[in-house]
Amino acid sequence: MNLFVRANRQSPLLLAIVSVLLGMVVGAILMLVAGYDPVRAYSALFRTPFTQPFDIGETIRTISPLIMTGLAVAIAFRTGLFNIGAEGQYIIGQLVAIIVALKFSLPPVLHALVALILGGLAGALWALLPGILKATRGVHEVISTIMMNFLAFYLSNYLVRSWLSSGADSTPMIPESASIRWDPLQSIFVNSRIHLGIILALLLALFMYWLLWRTTIGFEFRAVGLNPSASEYAGMSVKRSIIMSMLISGSFAGLAGATEMLGTDEYLTILTFFNGLGFDGIAVALLGGNTPLGVILAAVLFGVLTYGGGTMQFEANVPFEVIRVVFAAIILFVAANVTGWIVERFRRGRKVKENA
Amino acid sequence: MFVVEMEGITKRFGSFVANDGIDLRVKRGEIHALLGENGAGKSTLMNILFGLYQPEEGTIKINGKKVTISDPNVAVRLGIGMVHQHFMLVEPFTVTENIILGKERSRMGFLDLKRAEEEVRRLSEQYGLQVDPRAKIRDISVGMQQRVEILKTLYRGADILIFDEPTAVLTPQEIDELIDIMKRLVQEGKTIIFITHKLKEIMRACDTVTVIRRGKMIDSLPVSDTDENRLASLMVGRDVSFSVEKAPSQAKDPVLEVEGLVVKDNRGIEAVKGLDLTVRAGEIVGIAGVDGNGQSELIEAITGLRRVNAGVVRLNGTDVTNKKTREILHRGVGHIPEDRQKRGLVLDFSIGENLALITYNRSPFARGIRLRYPEVFAHAKRLIEQFDVRTPDERTAARALSGGNQQKAIIAREVERDPDLLIAAQPTRGLDVGAIEFIHRRLIEQRDKGKAVLLFSLDLDEVMKLSDRIAIIFRGKIVGYVDPKTVTEEELGLMMAGGKGEEATS
Amino acid sequence: MPDLTSLIHSAVLYSTPLILAAIGGLYSERSGVVNIGLEGLMITGAFTAAVTTIVTGNPWIGLAAAVVAGVLMAIPHAVASITFKADQVVSGVAINFLALGLSIYLVKYLYDGAGKTPTVPELLHQVPVPLLSDIPVIGPSLFNQFPTTYLAFLVVIVTYIVLYHTSFGMRLRSVGEHPHAAETAGINVIRMRYIAVMISGALAAAGGAGLSIAIGSEFGQTTVSGQGFISLAALIFGKWHPFGVLGAAIFFGFSVSLALIGQIYGWTQVVPSELLSMLPYVLTLLALAGFVGRSEAPAAVGKPYEKGGR
Repeated sequence: MNLFVRANRQSPLLLAIVSVLLGMVVGAILMLVAGYDPVRAYSALFRTPFTQPFDIGETIRTISPLIMTGLAVAIAFRTGLFNIGAEGQYIIGQLVAIIVALKFSLPPVLHALVALILGGLAGALWALLPGILKATRGVHEVISTIMMNFLAFYLSNYLVRSWLSSGADSTPMIPESASIRWDPLQSIFVNSRIHLGIILALLLALFMYWLLWRTTIGFEFRAVGLNPSASEYAGMSVKRSIIMSMLISGSFAGLAGATEMLGTDEYLTILTFFNGLGFDGIAVALLGGNTPLGVILAAVLFGVLTYGGGTMQFEANVPFEVIRVVFAAIILFVAANVTGWIVERFRRGRKVKENA
Repeated sequence: MFVVEMEGITKRFGSFVANDGIDLRVKRGEIHALLGENGAGKSTLMNILFGLYQPEEGTIKINGKKVTISDPNVAVRLGIGMVHQHFMLVEPFTVTENIILGKERSRMGFLDLKRAEEEVRRLSEQYGLQVDPRAKIRDISVGMQQRVEILKTLYRGADILIFDEPTAVLTPQEIDELIDIMKRLVQEGKTIIFITHKLKEIMRACDTVTVIRRGKMIDSLPVSDTDENRLASLMVGRDVSFSVEKAPSQAKDPVLEVEGLVVKDNRGIEAVKGLDLTVRAGEIVGIAGVDGNGQSELIEAITGLRRVNAGVVRLNGTDVTNKKTREILHRGVGHIPEDRQKRGLVLDFSIGENLALITYNRSPFARGIRLRYPEVFAHAKRLIEQFDVRTPDERTAARALSGGNQQKAIIAREVERDPDLLIAAQPTRGLDVGAIEFIHRRLIEQRDKGKAVLLFSLDLDEVMKLSDRIAIIFRGKIVGYVDPKTVTEEELGLMMAGGKGEEATS
Repeated sequence: MPDLTSLIHSAVLYSTPLILAAIGGLYSERSGVVNIGLEGLMITGAFTAAVTTIVTGNPWIGLAAAVVAGVLMAIPHAVASITFKADQVVSGVAINFLALGLSIYLVKYLYDGAGKTPTVPELLHQVPVPLLSDIPVIGPSLFNQFPTTYLAFLVVIVTYIVLYHTSFGMRLRSVGEHPHAAETAGINVIRMRYIAVMISGALAAAGGAGLSIAIGSEFGQTTVSGQGFISLAALIFGKWHPFGVLGAAIFFGFSVSLALIGQIYGWTQVVPSELLSMLPYVLTLLALAGFVGRSEAPAAVGKPYEKGGR
């Protein structure tokens, strides 16, 4: 994947900012075409997430799972793997978290902790099979993780319908003992659904940095990601790196699902479609240049857009999906390195003038 | 009468000047050699003539008429054809399909392969090429594939044929045949430009030679007026002696012993079939053979990169068959891989990281799983100094270095680990004379330190110069050993092609 | 219990969108461009067909509009992955995002914030083929189908002929196997890849149209729900060969139909419908893991083409 290399050569921040602006221009054009007022829409979008403590809390809540799925995709990317399966690993994480919350009876704190850990492990397990298939049989992880997403989707629905509820569309609420909401935090942000997931997300970002750039394991991940043949020649186990990276990636996505379940939603419904947090992780990782800090910044942006997009729909009457289009456009612009192309044009244009 | 006149051609890539005001004049009906070291700018010049690059300055005349060659289609229309060094052939396609590709004659869009096959057969016979029009490319030999490339240009009506380093992949016999084909083409009225850095072939085949050095045209003269030594100094810019000085070998105990080795290739076909080989301390054993006779598989089997299906590999008397690569490397094997960019380096890692690519998980670089970058870079600084790797600093990406310096970095990494067995595969491919001399010295140094060196090279001169013994590999077996001091290139070539030779030392 | 005829009938029925989309993917990948965006292209087709048919009242115009829209939606993928040499998988993922976001955005805009279109008033109808439909079992199951099904079979045959017996097909394959060889032979690699990606958009969108104006009768967020990805699996399972892809798509269509037939005939009392729905994905994983063997993807697939490089 030549992606990271190219992104690393240009100033990553410039690349990101220009891509985001271009993406928002696409959104504005779309609003204009449909007769909406983009200025009103965007100002509603960017104003609300920051005005009330409640909204700030809700925005942070929106950001935290995006950081985790973004890190999940990024760490796999660094090992040369495209984990489209973060979505499915997320679903399994939330599924196992609610199973633990509902079916186990444990004291507070411990209950939440066990649910979190098992949710993360379940995500890792869901990523393990694609990792093994890739390492041992050369099956492309993009295809296998897509298949695993659908399996997670149907498995979750099956268990909700037949086991976690009595034929209903949703499970009961989780008990207080399994919740990861924290009163002091909630009182600051006036009853928003903010929870400890954000702390975990930031810790995971630190962990990723340490692992990739401060350990021999991370050295192997990055070497395998950039050149598996040379890594193999140098005596590294490419297979082991692939499987380990998938496990870590899956556990991050699983933790994202578990924290959302234990902090935000607190019950699980029959899914009608993917909620897209795993897929959003792809956008976050790409925009963030697959670095921990970049992922955090990108998650903040996408979180603001997502949460603000809700109020935009409410205040300016613009359908929320325009935000999805903006996301898509940003991915395209980052992937195609349109920024680099513009910078290059600009430089060439100046050179011609200087020569003349 | 000149068919090709290139005047004042200049081509830059960024700040690098690949061609600096080059003149080239080629007469009709001659074989014109374009001589220069790797990276001198020969290929760039020919890619300009073939329309793949556009020059910044200069003019091109074909048959006296000024032309602009904006893309290969224009070149083909002007009667220019290129036989590429890396064959431009679609592997799953047949010979005929490859030849007609892009120039298919079809009825209402439908291919008429029968007629095309006939045409290919006819052309093949006319020039004595003996190519089977229906064979798939992946099933025919490298020499045959080259003929398909030649046929491709002829099918497109080329009168001026550019041969880009055509002999690099051929056996001595195939080279003879190629030179015959080239002479026949000239008799039939074609003109040939022959890109090479091999002096012997110029003396044998060519009429005129133009020498290029560092992007500049140095001289253009009739071959009959010159000799190999003169051409060599023109090419390199100083007097060079192509012989390598070394003392007689003091071979001692066996370091590498391979017995009855059987290894399969990627398609599951046996590529190494019961091979025996011994390399002793203090000697260089050169493996001579046509590409694709099991060399790559043999290297990979010894180094644990490929499964051994049968047989034994012993290192200093210990069985290391099917051990992990890491274990084999740490038991005293150094490996200079044949494809340095694919196998040898992580191009987007820094030079420092690349120099620690094998030892990163050991002291002093690692403590537990913690990686200590200060140590990695300090180590790199030392090696860069010691092996004269030209790089801005140890944090520069390996990608930014020249081929020669990339190879020096690999050699630094492998030699520094002080291995008992050093495997060097195509150690000088694509490098300039300075780098080649450096690497040859290093290999001999290892031998003189009492280490075993196993050399794989498709360059027969290199094998004959460096080796203390030459083992000939043919169809996955060592078919004989020869003494490089007594054997002739012809005898060697014959054995490489499967013929019987002397069974001297062993 | 359903009889053999209706089993075959529904397998073929549900395989139609998969065949069209997978053959679309075949063009793209044979030219060397991975197309994860099949899902998005199908969504585009389903949306456009539904809306156009609602407006014009004519499903044939709906189908034609879907094809045009599919080509248009494929262009960003082509521009990003061919001209700008973006990672093809990432670009395809973006197309999926884009298509779903854009179509739901437009549905909400057109229909006062509703999540899906109203019911399409006039659908394509199943048409019996004269004579052939009278053959027992095969007749009613194969030759009493939607026009899109006949179109799909035609596309498979035409694709086979184009790929292996025309100069266009030979050039297409050469571009996907060894683009530099193709370029030196005078073939415009960039143009061939653009054409191929646009064909994939047209065919995938036609497949998507079948979901909203033939098999189904509306467009919403869950109309396509993963069939583009199943098509991708069919492409791999069918080893990038038109007839292989056809077989794989029918096989997957059969498993899609099982989940639906299961509900009608009450099998879901025994096997939950979710588990039946998992079948195509499980089969694909199994196939990838063991039975497909060495994949024969075009050699240059996924690699951006750098002119003059090697």
